Amino acid sequence: MKIVVCVKQVPDTAEVRINPETNTLVRDGVPSIINPYDLHAVEAALQIREAAGGEVTTLTMGPPQAENALRETVSMGVDRAVLLTDRLFAGSDTWATAYTLYKGIEHLGADIILCGKQAIDGDTAQVGPEIAEFFGMPHIAYVRKIVEVGNDRIVVQRLMDDGFDVVESSLPVLLTVVREINVPRLPSLKGKMAAKKAGILKLSAADLKAEEENLGLKGSPTQVKNIFAPEAKANRKVLSGSMEDNVAQLVNELVEMKCI
Amino acid sequence: MYISVTRDKCSGCGVCIASCPYDAIVMHEDRARITELCQLCRACLSVCPEGAISEVEDGVVRKEKGQGRGVWVFAEQRSGRLAGVSLELLGAGRRLADKLGAELSAVLLGNVERGAQELICWGADRVYLCDDPAMDTFNDEPYANVLSELIAQYKPEIVLAGATAIGRSFFPRVAARLHTGLTADCTSLDIEESTGNLLQVRPAFGGNIMATILCPHSRPQMATVRPRVMKAAEYQDDKKGEVIPVKPVKITSSTRVTETVMEVSEVAVNLQDANIIVAGGRGAGGEKGFKLLFELAETLDGSVAASRAAVDEGWIPYRHQVGQTGKTVGPKVYIACGISGAVQHIVGMQSSDIIIAINRNPEAPIFSIATYGIVGDMFEVVPMMIKKIREIKGL
Ligand SMILES: Cc1cc2nc3c(=O)[nH]c(=O)nc-3n(C[C@H](O)[C@H](O)[C@H](O)COP(=O)(O)OP(=O)(O)OC[C@H]3O[C@@H](n4cnc5c(N)ncnc54)[C@H](O)[C@@H]3O)c2cc1C
Ligand SMILES: Nc1ncnc2c1ncn2[C@@H]1O[C@H](COP(=O)(O)O)[C@@H](O)[C@H]1O
Repeated sequence: MKIVVCVKQVPDTAEVRINPETNTLVRDGVPSIINPYDLHAVEAALQIREAAGGEVTTLTMGPPQAENALRETVSMGVDRAVLLTDRLFAGSDTWATAYTLYKGIEHLGADIILCGKQAIDGDTAQVGPEIAEFFGMPHIAYVRKIVEVGNDRIVVQRLMDDGFDVVESSLPVLLTVVREINVPRLPSLKGKMAAKKAGILKLSAADLKAEEENLGLKGSPTQVKNIFAPEAKANRKVLSGSMEDNVAQLVNELVEMKCI
Repeated sequence: MYISVTRDKCSGCGVCIASCPYDAIVMHEDRARITELCQLCRACLSVCPEGAISEVEDGVVRKEKGQGRGVWVFAEQRSGRLAGVSLELLGAGRRLADKLGAELSAVLLGNVERGAQELICWGADRVYLCDDPAMDTFNDEPYANVLSELIAQYKPEIVLAGATAIGRSFFPRVAARLHTGLTADCTSLDIEESTGNLLQVRPAFGGNIMATILCPHSRPQMATVRPRVMKAAEYQDDKKGEVIPVKPVKITSSTRVTETVMEVSEVAVNLQDANIIVAGGRGAGGEKGFKLLFELAETLDGSVAASRAAVDEGWIPYRHQVGQTGKTVGPKVYIACGISGAVQHIVGMQSSDIIIAINRNPEAPIFSIATYGIVGDMFEVVPMMIKKIREIKGL
C-alpha cells in the first residue's frame, strides 16, 4: 500500500493580526508550523500502515524552508519525505497548487492520498478534491473515521452538516480528514534522530515534467485584489450609568424590540 | 507579476519585514529585499512609508477569459429537503444578476418536496432539473459530472454554491476540470463597476484578515458562500419561470453511500433558528455560570451558545460552539457574557442584528462590535437582568 500525505507549512494564524489603521498584517515573530489538520492526516496514514502494511510518504510544495515541516513528519515515523520546490511555483492559488501536487504524486505513485481538511492560512479546503479531479480518481472529504481498509476498497465515515454518511470507495482514492479522526502522535526520540539524518528528495518543475503555464501565478485563475481588517459594527453604546440603570435600559431595549 | 523593492526609495526601516506572512522579506545591505519565499500576497505593498514596494507586471500573457452569461446557483438538497443556504444563494444571485442585467438560474440535482417551482418563487428565472434517482444521494463524481457538462453547454458567467459539506466537496472538482477559479467560503459578493468582474470577499488567516478575490481571466467565476450571511429574496407566489429537464451524464460513481446518519441535535437547530442567543465564554467560569445563562435564555425564550474557550474547558458541549470552527448564527439579539471577542468567535456571530456584551474588562475587543456594552461582572449583571425580565413578564 503506497500512501502519500500532503502537508503544508503555514504561519500560526492564531497569532497573525491586522493593523486596522494601515490594513496590513502584523506578523512579528509568528512561527511557522505544520498545518494542524495535516498532522491528523499523517497520523491516519501511519495507522493505515500499521494495519495494512505499506509505505508512507509526506509531500509538500513550498519554499526550501518547508523542509523543516517535512523533517517533523519523519520524526513522527513516515518513511520518506519529498519537497516540490521551484521559483516557478510561487504565487500558486488552489488550482495551481493542486496541479503541482498532482504532478508530484504522479511521479511517486499512490494508492491512498491523504490531505488535511483545509490549510489554516487560506482555509479553502479545495486542494484535496482538486488533486483527485486531476487524477480522475474519487475523493471523500471531511473523513472523521476510517472504518475499514482493504486492498482495493475503503470504508469511511464522512462528516456532513446534519450528521455523517458511511461511504465506501474503490482505490486509489483521496481523503481529506477532520480533527475528530485521531490524535496525532508525538515524535519519538528515535524518530527525532532519524529526522536529523533523513534525506529529503527535492523535485523541480522540470523533474515533474509539469506544464509551465499551469504553474504558479500563470496557472492561477484567482488573484488577491486586496486585504483588509474585519469591519466593526457601527452604532455602539457602552452603557455608563449605575449598574441598575444600565440593566433597566437594556431590558427596555429588549421590550422595545419585542423580545420580551 | 512580481513584487519589487525600489532600492533608491527604501530607507531600510524594516516595517515590511514584520508585515510579511511568509517571511519572504530580508534586510540585504541595509535595504529590504524580496526573496523566493514570496507568495505574491501583496500584504507588504501598503506598509512601506516610502512607497518603495510595488508590483511589477512581467508581461505574462493570459489566455482569453472566454464568454459567459447569466448567474447560476447550485440548489442543494439532502433527503429531498432544500438546504437553507440555497434560498440565501438565490437572494444573492438575484442581486448580482440584476446588476449585470442577466438571468438567474438554479441547478437542482435530485428533487425536493415542493419541486423546482419553489426555486422560481424564491427568485430563479430558470431551473435546470436533473430529477434522477442517481442524484438523490450526494456523490462527488456524478454531481461534478452533471454540473460540469451543464456549464460547458450553457456557459454561465458566475456559479455559486453554499459553503456546506456538499458544496465545498464537489465544487473544487468542477473548478479543477474547467480550469477556472474558485473562491471558498465568501461572506460578501458584488460586481466591480469598471470591469464587471465578481468581487469575492472572504475571511483568511483564521478570520484575522479579510481578502477580496478576483477571477479576471477565466469563466465561469465560481464561489462557495458561507451559510447565514446573505439575505434570501422575497418569496413570490406567482413568479413564473422555466424548468429545463436535464438528462444525467456519467452517473457512475466510485464512491457509494451505504448509510446516512442524521445527528441534528435540538441545539443545533435551535441555535440557527433562534431569535435570541445568550452566549458564555471563559468568563462564565464554569458550569455554574452556564446555569445562570441557561436561566436567562429561558426567561427570553432563547438558546445558549458558547465560545471555544468554554467548550474546551468542558463546561458545555461542542454543538453549542459559535465561531470559525463552530456554528455561524444570526439572531436578532446576541448576548455575549464573559467573551473577549476574538475574531474567530466574531466571524460566527457578527451578522446578529443587535449584540449585547457583558464583560468585566473595558478593553475587551467584544465592545468594539457590541451595540450595547455593559462593563461589569456577569455574575452581578445577569441575575439583575433575569429579575427585571421576570418582573416585566409578571412571573
Ligand atoms: C483556528 C482557530 C479557530 C478558532 N475557532 C473558534 C470558534 O469557532 N469559536 C470561538 O469562540 N473561538 C474560536 N477560537 C478561539 C478564539 O481565538 C478565542 O481563544 C476564544 O474565542 C476565546 O474565548 P473567550 O472569549 O470565552 O475567552 P477569553 O478570551 O479568555 O475571554 C474571557 C473574557 O471574559 C471576561 N470575564 C471574565 N470573568 C468575567 C465575569 N465574571 N464577568 C464578565 N466578564 C468576565 C474577561 O474580561 C475576558 O474578556 C479559535 C482559534 C483558532 C486559532
Ligand atoms: N503547498 C502545499 N503542499 C502540500 N500540501 C498542501 C499544500 N497546500 C495545500 N495542501 C494540502 O491540501 C489541504 C487543503 O488545503 P487548502 O485547500 O489550501 O485549504 C491541506 O490540508 C494539505 O493537505
